[in-house]
Parts: sequence; structure tokens; C-alpha cells
Amino acid sequence: MAGSVPLASNKPSTVRKRVANESVAVKWTLIGAAVLVMLWLIVLPLTIVLAEALKKGWGVYVEAITNPDALSALRLTLLVALITVPLNTIFGVVAAWAITKFKFRGKGILVTLIDLPFAVSPVIGGLIYVLVYGAHGWFGPWLQEHDIKIIFALPGIILATLFVTFPFVARELIPLMEDQGQQEEEAAVTLGARGFRVFWKVTLPNIKWGLLYGIILCNARAMGEFGAVSVVSGHIRGETNTLPLHVEILYNEYQFSASFAVSSLLLLLALVTLLLKNWFTRKSHH
Amino acid sequence: MHSTTTKRGVLPGFGLTMGYSVLYLSLVVLIPLSALLLNSTGLTWSKFWDVATDPRVLASFKVSFLTAAAAGLIDVVLGLLLAWVLVRYDFPGKSIFDAMIDLPFALPTAVAGVALTAIYSPNGWIGSLFEPLGIRIAFSPIGITLALMFIGIPFVVRTVQPVLQELDAEVEEAAATLGSSRYRTFRKVVLPELLPPLMTGFALAFARGIGEYGSVVFISGNMPMRTEIAPLLIMSKLEQFDYAGATAVALLLLLISFALLLLINSLQRRVRKTAR
Repeated sequence: MAGSVPLASNKPSTVRKRVANESVAVKWTLIGAAVLVMLWLIVLPLTIVLAEALKKGWGVYVEAITNPDALSALRLTLLVALITVPLNTIFGVVAAWAITKFKFRGKGILVTLIDLPFAVSPVIGGLIYVLVYGAHGWFGPWLQEHDIKIIFALPGIILATLFVTFPFVARELIPLMEDQGQQEEEAAVTLGARGFRVFWKVTLPNIKWGLLYGIILCNARAMGEFGAVSVVSGHIRGETNTLPLHVEILYNEYQFSASFAVSSLLLLLALVTLLLKNWFTRKSHH
Repeated sequence: MHSTTTKRGVLPGFGLTMGYSVLYLSLVVLIPLSALLLNSTGLTWSKFWDVATDPRVLASFKVSFLTAAAAGLIDVVLGLLLAWVLVRYDFPGKSIFDAMIDLPFALPTAVAGVALTAIYSPNGWIGSLFEPLGIRIAFSPIGITLALMFIGIPFVVRTVQPVLQELDAEVEEAAATLGSSRYRTFRKVVLPELLPPLMTGFALAFARGIGEYGSVVFISGNMPMRTEIAPLLIMSKLEQFDYAGATAVALLLLLISFALLLLINSLQRRVRKTAR
């Protein structure tokens, strides 16, 4: 169940004027309580990452994030996202087209199956690839014979990341395209537009904000995934360590400041994601 | 081919998009998942039973379920408060407040894990306040619950928020006109409407909680029988090359997650119906 609630249900709130309202005292007590909850639950973890990262000064901070192992982890994380996000985006668009533009039997089952990875623990998401491609797995002996490494190597990390980020784009687009129906596309086809052009000129402009929203959520998860990647990575420093795994290694070595310094990079990713997400939500509601 | 296209309407690409979707779904999700079910590790029924009744496995499931349920319930209360305040009131900083609710969705779980551990460990900002009282937060089930609360809170807020938004003001006004107190109106008129989204939010947070790994491993302390969660047990069985054991625990966890998914889907359908 990792992750997202569809954009469509995420409207910016507008306050209604009403006769039936709480007294001013109750209102401000509730607001105060909510702000306290936010400060405690959300703002405090965010603050401690920055505080711990800078505890030993800028020197340690800069050294931690420019360390060769950290840079190699950053490169790997970017590479994994660069491969997995486009693949799952293409799937999301294609699947949403098939599901929302046509009637067929078993549509409900297909939609449920697409959501499946959200219902599966990330650790299981990694385990299944070990069972298929690992040394003792289905294709293990064959892969070993041909000297192909999937588990404890880049392909395994990519596969596990593909699995956990699988539903993000499709899940975002399906309700959106469902609501928009298919009249506009049908009109375009009747007027002589063909195939991909219909999608590009008619559908895409209608879904672009929702699509971007799905992509950034998918990207945040792809760069931040820990459990699934942890199972298949093998934790080889400078080779199969992603940024989140690097955070763990530094933490377990009691290099807390360095660990939090690397964490602050991932926190930055989260904040940028929220910023973009907010922008896309606003755009999609004009 | 031509006849099917006309039957399906004038839009192109059904065969191609459907074929690609099913192929990609099979390659990435279905075939790997079936490795769990198709006994690829020499897992026999008796071995499965041994694992399923092993006290350490049972203890890990108990920890996972109790902490996820506790976190889900607390999130329901806090999430309702946050959603209510966001929908019903205006106050300075509200839009940032609203955006920040999604931080747990966007923040990598490992970062959440180390941050929460730093806050609640015996020498941390909050942990040190409780240490003299003899209450240990990190490395106890309380710490696991706090981590799962963090992970789960957006699920509750984001399911309750749209329903609260759509709620008809006239019913509340009618109740007020008829002399119902504000609190009574909330309990008798508003709360019943919010029950389905609250339940969905709980189920989503709970389901996420029992599978959660990254945010929990740091704060839990991972003591077998006490603070070891089910996903971690899969991990440690894998590290000991006990593939059959890992598969057995994963299967158990998966079955429960699927049952939950079905429940969530039927709940969500009901919510959508009431929303319309």
C-alpha cells in the first residue's frame, strides 16, 4: 500500500461559510492541536535530519556528501531512477489507455493486479526476484553458467525498484482518463487523425498534470526505496549501494553525522517532490 | 482483427496496448510473485507448518499486527483532526500545512527510520525526556508504533479530506436549527458519514504498516520475540540462506495482505458510492 492517493481526490480545500459552526474557542483549540500534531509528527523528523547532519559542522557535512562512496551511491540511485521511471511511465500510459478507452471482460481484475505491488511488503518485492534469479532460484544455475549477474548487481536493483514503483503512474492515470471519457478521441479519429497522433494531440494535453504527478511520485519512491533494494543489492560499497542503503551503512557504523548528511540529500528530494506535487495539483484544478 | 476493432469502437490500439500491459505486468509482477507460490525453494507443507507455528515467527507477526493496528487507530484520530482543520478552517500557513501532510509519502523510509530513532533514542530530544521515567520509546514496540504512525498518517488524512469536503452543509445546518448542539451534530450527523473513509484510511495505514520495513528496522532494535517485525524476519532468514523459511514467512504475510486488499477495495467502492 505504499504511496499514493489519486490526484482527483486531492483538491485544494475551500472553507464554506456555515451557520452550524463551532465556537471560536473550539475552532482555535482544534487548529492549535492540529498544528502541534504536525510539528511533532512531520516537522520534528525533518528538523532532526538537518540538525544531526550539521552537528559536526559544514566540513563533516561536505566531506560526507562528496565522499567517493556517497557519490557512487548517488550515481547509482540516479541511474536506477532514470531506467525504472520511464519504463513504468510507458506502462502506466499504455495500461491506462487499454483500460479506460475500451470495454473488455476482466477489467476489474486487471486494475486490481496493477495495484498488487502496493499490497506487498517491499521485502517480499525483493525476495521474489531472489527466488527467480538468485543462485538457488529458477534461472540461477543457467545464469551462473552464462556468467550473468542479476541478484547482488544492478539488474536486480532495477527489477526490485520496477516492482515497488509499478502502480504509481497507472494508478494516477486510470481514474483521470476514466472521468474524461473517450468522446474527444473518437471525434479526432472520425476527423481522420490516426493512432499515436490521437493520443499525442488529444489525450496527452488533458492528462499531462496527472501524468507528471504520477511520475514524480514514482521517481521519489524509485530513488528512496529501501526494503526491496536492500534484499537484492548485496550492499557492495561503491558498486551496489544506493543512497538509502548508504544511509543505513553509515548509521550502522555509528557515523551519524555522515549518515544524516546523506539523509539530507534524500530529504531535499522529498521536499522538491512535495513542491512539484503541489504545483501539479494546482495546475490540474486551474 | 477488423471486426473486433469496430465492435470496440473507433479508437485504435486495443490489441497493442492490452498486449503490452499484460506482458509487462506478467514479467514484472505476476511471474516473480508466482515464484513464491510455485514452491521453488523446496518448501513442503510440513516445513511451512513448522515455520508458521514457530514461536519466533508467531511473535514477529504479533508485533507487526499489534503495532500496525495501534498506529492505524491513533492515525485515525489524529488524521481526522488534521483533515477537519484543513477542510473547515482557514488559518495562516494552511497551504504549507496541507502540502506537508504528504511528507511521509515522499520521504525515503530509511531517512524516516534514522530520524525517528534519533528523536526517540534514550539520548534523543524526546527519548531523553522519557528515559528518567523508565519509559523506553526507541527499541520497544512504542517506537515501532511511532514509526508506523508517521508512515500511515497521510493515508487517513487523504481519504477523509475529500469526503469531508463533499459533505452537505445543509444537513448540519438543519440539525443546528432543530436545536442539536454542535458536538451532538458532529457525533450523530458528521461522524457516520466519515466512518467509511476513516475505515479505509485505517485499513490502508494498517496494510502498509504490516509490510513496512525501512522506517522500522532502525527504531525497533530487532530483538527476537520482542521487537522483531515479520518483514525483518524474512530478511534475516534470507541472510542465513534459509530460502524455504523466508518463503514461508513471506507467503503468510502475503496471504494476509491480499485479504486486506480485498477488504480495502470493497470499502473503497462503498465510499465512492456514498460520495456520489
